[in-house]
Amino acid sequence: MTDTNFDVVVIGGGPGGYVAAIRAAQLGLKACVVEREHLGGICLNWGCIPTKALLRSAEVGHLIQHAADFGWSAENVSFDIAKIVQRSRKVAKQLSQGVSFLLKKNKIPVVSGSGKLAGQGKVSVTDKDGKSSTLNARNIILATGARARVLPGLEPDGKLIWTYREAMVPESLPKSMIVVGSGAIGIEFASFYNDLGVEVTVVEVVDRILSAEDEEISALAHKSFEKAGIRIMTSAKVTSVKKAKDSLAATIELADGQTETLTADRLISAVGIVGNVEELGLEGTRVRIEGSHVDVDGFGATGEPGVWAIGDLTGAPWLAHKASHEGILAVETIAGVKGLHPLDPASIPGCTYARPQVASVGLSEAKAKAAGHKIRVGRFPFMGNGKAIALGDPEGLVKTVFDADSGELLGAHMIGAEVTELIQGFGIAKSLETTEQDLMHTVFPHPTLSEMMHESVLDAYDRALHV
Amino acid sequence: MSLDILMPALSPTMEEGTLAKWLVAEGDSVVSGDVIAEIETDKATMEVEAVDEGVIAKLIVAAGTEGVKVNAVIAVLAEEGEDPASVQPGKSGTPAPAPAPAEAVPEVVSKLDTPAATSATVHGSAGSGANGDRVLASPLARRLASQNGLNLAAIGGSGPNGRIVKRDIQATLVGGGAKAMQVGAASASAGHSMPAGTGPDPRKIAGQLDMGYEEIPANNMRKTIARRLVEAKQTVPHFYLTVDIELDALLGLRGQINKAVPEGVKISVNDMIILASAKALIDEPDTNASWAGDAVLKYASADIAVAVATDNGLITPVLRDVQTKGLPEISAEMVDLATRAREGRLKPHEYQGGTFTISNLGMFGIREFAAVINPPHGAILAVGKGEKRPVVRTTEQGDTLAIATVMSVTLSCDHRVVDGAVGARWLNAFQQRLENPLSMLL
Repeated sequence: MTDTNFDVVVIGGGPGGYVAAIRAAQLGLKACVVEREHLGGICLNWGCIPTKALLRSAEVGHLIQHAADFGWSAENVSFDIAKIVQRSRKVAKQLSQGVSFLLKKNKIPVVSGSGKLAGQGKVSVTDKDGKSSTLNARNIILATGARARVLPGLEPDGKLIWTYREAMVPESLPKSMIVVGSGAIGIEFASFYNDLGVEVTVVEVVDRILSAEDEEISALAHKSFEKAGIRIMTSAKVTSVKKAKDSLAATIELADGQTETLTADRLISAVGIVGNVEELGLEGTRVRIEGSHVDVDGFGATGEPGVWAIGDLTGAPWLAHKASHEGILAVETIAGVKGLHPLDPASIPGCTYARPQVASVGLSEAKAKAAGHKIRVGRFPFMGNGKAIALGDPEGLVKTVFDADSGELLGAHMIGAEVTELIQGFGIAKSLETTEQDLMHTVFPHPTLSEMMHESVLDAYDRALHV
Repeated sequence: MSLDILMPALSPTMEEGTLAKWLVAEGDSVVSGDVIAEIETDKATMEVEAVDEGVIAKLIVAAGTEGVKVNAVIAVLAEEGEDPASVQPGKSGTPAPAPAPAEAVPEVVSKLDTPAATSATVHGSAGSGANGDRVLASPLARRLASQNGLNLAAIGGSGPNGRIVKRDIQATLVGGGAKAMQVGAASASAGHSMPAGTGPDPRKIAGQLDMGYEEIPANNMRKTIARRLVEAKQTVPHFYLTVDIELDALLGLRGQINKAVPEGVKISVNDMIILASAKALIDEPDTNASWAGDAVLKYASADIAVAVATDNGLITPVLRDVQTKGLPEISAEMVDLATRAREGRLKPHEYQGGTFTISNLGMFGIREFAAVINPPHGAILAVGKGEKRPVVRTTEQGDTLAIATVMSVTLSCDHRVVDGAVGARWLNAFQQRLENPLSMLL
């Protein structure tokens, strides 16, 4: 590469990093991306996108199995796990190439290799062959993401104990599986494998699954997954794993002190993630590491002038859209754009693409109460919605939480078909600071699932029409 | 990278000001701390200092411009090594913690010019446009403002296009600027516009009757006086209590004190009135209070605002914690505040707040008068001239006529806070202090 001087060097080409670079280019800054493996990061290659492809295959299978409900007969149907995985990889590849095209279009060079700080305003990049080069950067954005957290005794071995990475590309389908952890990642894999006929047990250390969600939604999800055939153990801890040749036995300690031994072909460890803070050359700089993430202010600034950090590297919530937004905020701060405000955590939606889907934004009922709000809560069940019944998905709930005094929409929590596509409506409402009145005055199209959003708001004010 | 010099907010409640005077010209070099302009707010004239060094590339706002919004770009500073002729306003901003990319500047300018310029004009401006058109505010902000009795037009918006959002309302409530922005009994207009008055239009009448007049444009101080006093008289239920106070003992004591104090110090009767008021406010704390809409705030200290007439109008610098101060200290502080008030050089914190006001027109020979309350104070004391008057003394031999130095004072009370008997008790305490002046020195 000829030119090694940049206004912004982004280390990491995931959804935080490449978006930051594009925004920098839009603002007239000279940017480049340093990427050690593949553009698009975990999200695009080993996370959000390929799992959505897998889950789509599972959903198609589910529909085929219930074809008779819709008047079709589908007999002797079967699937090929290799082809399901192949499709998922193809989708990931297509999108990774898309990122490469976007960067080219914005004239953003990609430097292959691992980047690290090398003195003030310098980034050294070491490529696969061990060759080093140095980039001069007025601003450096660290966007190196995160990796699966490893619990002692549950160290992934790539064979019997998997992380998301192996779980995404199984060579064959295990008969049984233990999923440790019931966050979005654990639950999505549990749902996927369960739909493919694997006997799945979810082991969760706290007292409910999807513990970041509203408690009522957690409870409904628990019921749904059990109904779908997943075994769920809460307040349960894997204390030891004994590996056999092609299976393992996990000892699980329950809340009452009793233990149970589960035998399964595979175990997926999905117990959270830790930031990739190592080998970034942070030693001797004023970049502060707290736990496993880099400490930043509301605009991504670290303690070291000219060094910024975004995305998973800076801590929870570990979401691609949070990373992208932080990347834009950091770059706009660098460019001196006016009127910027830190990201409001209550405005970041969270989605789990299991069957059923779960989506939420803002405060749960319990958190709203704990924050001292006098609240009004609205609920509307899928059972009361025409479109949900026509789709054959009559299970689910749309729940809304309002501040009783001001009418502020504090949170929205949904479970059921397509709720991950619905949640943005409440996201816009929150971002525009609508009150219950504006939502009540909005005309929702009939027949849609979105009508439940309207009804839930009406219900919070005792005005629901269809219950 | 060039820097925009923005219209500063010289007080928490300042929304706009007049750029009275430039003290630098385009092309002048400045260093941090140089005084570059004078800005007239609704209360005073203040100096604006450069916070960075460089060359004044462009003066955007001409001297004498009124109604310059806080945070509007008033000038552009070119930094060292930069060609002042090439810089443009509206592209710098919050200084990034990191060195800004110099090479990239031209591109940033061309791409950012429009959005940044837009945000420069509207960001932080009071939610209403300059013409008093629609206030941009989120539905939630509107509801919170109405629930808290805030006037949206007086609140700066930090959302897109200067939209007022929840955090702006919260900042206003937390910042305590709220009181100033309380929507009074409504007629107190949208903050900017003048109380037009419902009476006949004097310009029209003068025209019809062919009356000659000179028209003096109202400065910010005059506009504020007009607005605040209309608001006070329309929304505060005033009533008035008057007493006569004999001053001979006080004058005697003052003579002795002035002999004892160092040369150059001279305790005035007014200084002693200030001290007596503070002591009386501590004696009778019910009068040291404000109406807060749903509560009465009783203050712990006696912060006395003293009306000072200036060429531009009236201003009330505040002496704080007067109950703890001695006469020499009060005297020195009053001389300093009054001098700087007349020069228009008070700092905002020196004329904001206070718990009680004194207006003294004795030096003009006024015997007695009733003053308009200075909200949110619960009362104001109008002090007349001390003069020799015949007084009736009751002795064992019966009533006789005597001569005494007497001063009439009138307390205007906000009846929402101070009831008649409460005001009367305060006046009695005040009278006791003045007529037995040694008690003030204890």
